[in-house]
Amino acid sequence: MAKLNINGKVHDVQAEDDTPLLWVIREQVGLTGTKYGCGVAQCGACSVHINGEIRRSCSIPLSAVKAGDRIVTIEGLSATGAHPVQKAWAELDVPQCGYCQSGQIMAAAALLKKNPRPSDTDIDEAMTNICRCGTYQRIRAAMHLAAETAGKSKA
Amino acid sequence: MKNPEVSKVTNLSRRKFIVGSAAVAGGGLALGIPLAFDGAGAAAAAAKNATGTGTEVNAWVVIRPDNICVVRIARSEMGQGTETGLAQLVAEELDCGWAHVKTEFPTPGQSLARKRVWGEMGTGGSRGIRTSEDYVRRGAAAARLMLLQAAADQWKVPVAEVSVSDGVITHSASKRTTTYGKVAAAAAKISPPDPKSITLKNPKEWKIAGKPIKRLDTPGKLNGSLVYAIDVKQPGMLCAAIKDCPVFGGKLTSYDEAKIAGRPGVRRVVKVNDSTVAVVADTWWHAKTALDALPIVWDEGPNAAQSSVTIAERLKEGLTATSAYAFRNEGDAPKAIEGAAKKVEAVYSTPFLAHSTMEPMNCTAKVTADRAEVWVPTQNGEAALAALSEETGLPLEKCEVYKHVLGGGFGRRGGAQDYVRQAASIAKQMPGVPIKLIWSREEDTTHDFFRPISQCRGVAGLDADGNLVALHVRVSGQSINAFQNSPQAKDGKDDRQMQGYTDKPGDAQLGYTVPNLLIEYAMRNTHVPVGPWRGVNTNQNAVYMECFIDEVARAAGADPVEFRRKLMVNHPKHLAVLNAAAEKAEWGKPLPPGVHRGVAQFMGYGSYSAAVAEVSVSNEGKVKVHRMVLALNCGHAVNPGQIAAQVEGSVAFGLTATLYGECPVENGRMTSKNFDAYEILRLGEMPKIETVIVPTYDFWGGVGEPTICVVAPSVLNAIAAATGKPVRSLPLKNVKLLNA
Repeated sequence: MAKLNINGKVHDVQAEDDTPLLWVIREQVGLTGTKYGCGVAQCGACSVHINGEIRRSCSIPLSAVKAGDRIVTIEGLSATGAHPVQKAWAELDVPQCGYCQSGQIMAAAALLKKNPRPSDTDIDEAMTNICRCGTYQRIRAAMHLAAETAGKSKA
Repeated sequence: MKNPEVSKVTNLSRRKFIVGSAAVAGGGLALGIPLAFDGAGAAAAAAKNATGTGTEVNAWVVIRPDNICVVRIARSEMGQGTETGLAQLVAEELDCGWAHVKTEFPTPGQSLARKRVWGEMGTGGSRGIRTSEDYVRRGAAAARLMLLQAAADQWKVPVAEVSVSDGVITHSASKRTTTYGKVAAAAAKISPPDPKSITLKNPKEWKIAGKPIKRLDTPGKLNGSLVYAIDVKQPGMLCAAIKDCPVFGGKLTSYDEAKIAGRPGVRRVVKVNDSTVAVVADTWWHAKTALDALPIVWDEGPNAAQSSVTIAERLKEGLTATSAYAFRNEGDAPKAIEGAAKKVEAVYSTPFLAHSTMEPMNCTAKVTADRAEVWVPTQNGEAALAALSEETGLPLEKCEVYKHVLGGGFGRRGGAQDYVRQAASIAKQMPGVPIKLIWSREEDTTHDFFRPISQCRGVAGLDADGNLVALHVRVSGQSINAFQNSPQAKDGKDDRQMQGYTDKPGDAQLGYTVPNLLIEYAMRNTHVPVGPWRGVNTNQNAVYMECFIDEVARAAGADPVEFRRKLMVNHPKHLAVLNAAAEKAEWGKPLPPGVHRGVAQFMGYGSYSAAVAEVSVSNEGKVKVHRMVLALNCGHAVNPGQIAAQVEGSVAFGLTATLYGECPVENGRMTSKNFDAYEILRLGEMPKIETVIVPTYDFWGGVGEPTICVVAPSVLNAIAAATGKPVRSLPLKNVKLLNA
């Protein structure tokens, strides 16, 4: 039995120590917004925040997660779906099939938290998740839009 | 005309109503039949297979008392935007107002029970809109006419005196208004007009269709709430992981179940079919790790001797074999080449490619003695239904398919439905237990129906003035139809492999006129399973034709755009799109030092495409694609915003294939297993894309696929312009480039 703090709620989970966090989140906790894409930390569909850092949950064993760690999944990014990244994604109609977008949004939100006005180069370096539909051009534009709107709301 | 006072019809037993009205079903439109979406099993279906308290005016339109118009979408949504586009077409003819539109996906079982009232469900070949636009628009227009008639009857005025806007019906003479919600029940009882008698709106007057309206399916894709098939939960569900013989055509000999008996969560090891074994466990992670630990003995069979090298040799032999299928033979190309002032020759090749949908293959199945159900991402719900029926032995009417929004399709989830058969086989062996089968990424990449491999030899003859007088193109490669045992592949002939080279207008016409033209196909099949792949055949054939035409233009000392223009005078639509791309890209205008342009044009999937790529090659031979301009004439443009999205996506798809895409074969099996080896383009490599949509409003073309095929050749032609050396084999990662 392990205790996991996911989206502000503590869950008791029953899984072997080497179970990847992704499958604990999906199959034990039942949150399915975090996706399986490759299992080898290549595609980023499984991206979550751990203590504010972007992490690929398919390659983090349960034993590496501490009880005090704050895990945030796409379901917990904002209570109302009104995170600036989600709003910008909606505004520019970013998703196509949508399967990778949980991970893309989590990666974008993590970058913008650290770097509120990222350059194109910053985005190139941080956004390494795979989108097979090829929504990259809109992801980039939506990140700039999210940075702008978040900046304005703070000003 | 019936008494319209029965507005309570929505509260009647719909089930009873269906029985009473069943005889009406059939033909193009089944009218007056509220559909029981609340039947057994349906409530657990995909979120979009929603229940609702509405009145079905006809098969395409259900209207709720609050004026919400539920539009039925028969085609699958896999990211390409067809759900939104079809809803726009229906809303346009219905005049219901876009804010009132919701959608739902009828199930294949429901369609079958109503004599396939929703028509074709298969979603591939960029046909989702272009082959159903006519009957869905007529269905919507029929519903509008019936709703107006119902209001006119109620007011006892001629129907010509009533009008509608945003679902509000008005009789201006008496200043009376009512709504679709209020008259729907009466409308459902009115005899439908003959669909053929309906005059559809002129697309130039569209207010909802033709506009860049936002997608309907975005919200659930932003917060993790959309339930893909891989996310399905069923009471008592178990999960399965699967392994097929690594060598195609090999067999499963044995496995040692005892070795994994004590592992956590493991319930059973199941032989799925002659070549496949699965482990069933309480969670997928338990099933997957137990399967990895399961000792399995395969009979790999004779195909284990096959490799990329043996396959390439077979294809190469086809390039010069004495016998080949002459797909087009006009004039006398060999003789004209013989007598030409200048001869150009080149050999090209393209590899096998996997689809790599981000959501791996999966299917949840539940099978009992008298019922079989699957929850599945499918491009072809009816093929899934048929596969389920065949695998379980249950008749079609005892089977049902719940179609979930797909996490990518790209042709992988079309006719084959292999993963449905597998899930059904496992579930049949564990009656009553819902089984969720998920493929690992490794299984997904190595057991695909790959884009077929081919090579091409081009030979051209130029006269003394640099005019192209003869062109001989021979493609040697695998046939999808032959693999699928389709009668369309016969005696070494398969026209489908020649997509983009036909002289017939309409779908995939060659845009060039050459006085002496010979286009041949040498069918050379392999042991590797092949299938459709977003833009298949036009992708490979455009690389061959468009890179070769560029080589010929260079040999003639001509500008590649000018050289093409001279060949395209008889194909004004192709030419207009080439010109649109060249103009937007400012072809001919100087670029920054080190940046070079390449061009390509081609037709496929009913639409005309052209691209200009701006590329640089570093001193180390590294390619960077800076900017791409793509022009597309798809006839009618139902949603320009989504067309641009598809064009942008097609660049990523095409560039992935250009730079990285390759599935090598060794010892009869695929060696690239995951994204570390089978690389996919990432954001940092995405060029700036400008989409130019130039619709001519006189045909209906496809959108999801057509532009992919011009991506690779325009980039390769730009590389040739940069380095002075043509690139003739893909992917680029295997080609050593040196800047000139």
